[in-house]
Amino acid sequence: MENLLITILLTSIPILLAGLGELVTEKSGVLNLGVEGMMLCGAVAALGSVLIFGNPYIGILFGAIAGILISTVFSFFTITLMTNQVATGLGLTIFATALTGLIGEPFVGKTAASLPKLEIIFLSDIPYIGKILFSNDILVYFAIFLIFFIHFGFQNTKIGIIIRAVGDNHDSAHSIGYSVKLVRWISTSFGGMCAGMGGAYIPLALTPHWSEGMTAGKGWIALALVVFSSWMPIRLLIGALIFGGITILQFVAQARGWDVPSQFLNMLPYLATILALALISLKLRHNNYAPACLGKHFLGNK
Amino acid sequence: MIEFTPRKIQSSFWTILSPIISITITILIGSLIFKILSYPVIESLYQVFVSPFSRPDRIADIFVKACPLIIIGLGLIFCFKANIWNIGAEGQFILGALCAGSFALLFPETKTYTLLFSMFLIGFVGGAIWASIPAILKVRLNVNEILVSLMLVYVAMLFIDFVVRGPLRDPMSFGFPLSKVYPDGAIISKVDFPFIGFLGQFHYGIFIILILCPFIWFFINKTLPGFQIKIFGSSTRASEFAGFNKNKITFYVLLVSGGLSGVAGVIEVSANMGRLQPEVSFGYGFTAIIVAFLGRLNPYGVVIAGIIIATAKLGADNAQMVLGIPKVVTGIFEGMLLFFLLAGETIQKYKISIRKDN
Repeated sequence: MENLLITILLTSIPILLAGLGELVTEKSGVLNLGVEGMMLCGAVAALGSVLIFGNPYIGILFGAIAGILISTVFSFFTITLMTNQVATGLGLTIFATALTGLIGEPFVGKTAASLPKLEIIFLSDIPYIGKILFSNDILVYFAIFLIFFIHFGFQNTKIGIIIRAVGDNHDSAHSIGYSVKLVRWISTSFGGMCAGMGGAYIPLALTPHWSEGMTAGKGWIALALVVFSSWMPIRLLIGALIFGGITILQFVAQARGWDVPSQFLNMLPYLATILALALISLKLRHNNYAPACLGKHFLGNK
Repeated sequence: MIEFTPRKIQSSFWTILSPIISITITILIGSLIFKILSYPVIESLYQVFVSPFSRPDRIADIFVKACPLIIIGLGLIFCFKANIWNIGAEGQFILGALCAGSFALLFPETKTYTLLFSMFLIGFVGGAIWASIPAILKVRLNVNEILVSLMLVYVAMLFIDFVVRGPLRDPMSFGFPLSKVYPDGAIISKVDFPFIGFLGQFHYGIFIILILCPFIWFFINKTLPGFQIKIFGSSTRASEFAGFNKNKITFYVLLVSGGLSGVAGVIEVSANMGRLQPEVSFGYGFTAIIVAFLGRLNPYGVVIAGIIIATAKLGADNAQMVLGIPKVVTGIFEGMLLFFLLAGETIQKYKISIRKDN
């Protein structure tokens, strides 16, 4: 049981990290559909750097940098050149899937070192929950820290409120002197960094070898989770854990020998995403939490 | 600081020029990538863009490869014109192929033309049903169609995988996940050209484009529903004031687009594979998005764009065989091409000038 809960937590980390980053990006009014592509970039950069340097922490760093770099391509086109955000995000995923396929080819069949577990003294000895919560690798702690960081950031810090202002009414934010485009560039880069780290987590902790398109739709599920969470970081954690649980259900079912074809079990995360989106829309029909300027261009001439 | 001023009149000349410029820039950056990866630049470009034209049968194969891309792309015109983002064409393609294929395998005795005709119909319905899921959710609950249509791609892939490994597996396939071979009546035959004979894999299914393309052009440019779709996409508010039914437009554009993707699936499998297998599409549904944009959402443009992209795809196969360049390179080109096409739209919409700050 303990192991099962740990596995669920670990499985949800890539979606959680990528989702938190996208949440910040969307709060600033930018819809970046390239999360899947950015995660792949993070994954391949992490794996490659670990194979070269042998240190998994370097992998996190490179994953984050790769995520930022690829997100600047998106920012340049959508924020500076004002291209359509949906189409550009798709383009980013097509581009990055191919690029990482090319870069990752030499890594096929090689195994990377995993992130070590860091036990927090005393806390990890707490019965029942100690092993689950306080005996994990650094990215798990980081992801949980990030939830609260973003939550309080948006509520209580000036930067957080500026980001929200830019995302909810870019004309007003501009008229009181904030640089809408700069804020969006930074928020999108933050989203890229988180997606890169989320992608990096897959080879560094879950499956330590490269396969083309290894994120298998996790970036898209992260995008759906942001909608599901109504742009609230803590709800995002709940959503990510549910998806971690559903993903793990396949393995539980296989281990227990349930008589359900594996393909149907593999469908569950995707079907659950659709169901979650439908349910949340049903609930939020008249109360839309989406940032008001989400996906809208800012000319910036006035 | 860069300043964007909206243009009052948009140049139509630019509509044709922008794809040409985008392709040129993509090729230039592509050459740079080849250079960085230390492949011979001229030879690589020759393989990708010229070698598919080097023999008559290779030219015929360009059309074979372009066929699914064009048919899906033609359907996507409806969605993208209406600003509805159907990115699940891949799944609708699979469902169309699967439904039509199951029918052919279950009722092999049906008369030849009746069988093929029913397969087209069933394929269309199959694709349309798959697209109706995001359509209904969008219309009823305002659920984001992008995410739902994409999730259904994964579901469709797993579903066809289950079907060809389970219920429809050929007992004689020695454990391979393949269905039985289609009955003769369900196969779209290759074209036997007079005096020349067969050319590559060129098949009769390709001719459907000759009917579809002008029909869709006429529908979009000369009929009221086509007009409504265009207005709905370019200005939702204006179309609401005009009393156009928002839900109806959203629903039908998705249905038509899904249906055409399904038809593309039927043709692809009936003409080129002759049986169902786990992989019936090779990213056609995603590539067709690029085709629709490259063709500037014009049916004739989509045909030309489909041929260009198909050429590059076949060329990439050749480049892999001759020079060992990984095939995924085409994806990098496709992504870049889309970026530049979209940037071209900005230049078409806005006058860009550089202003000195104070």
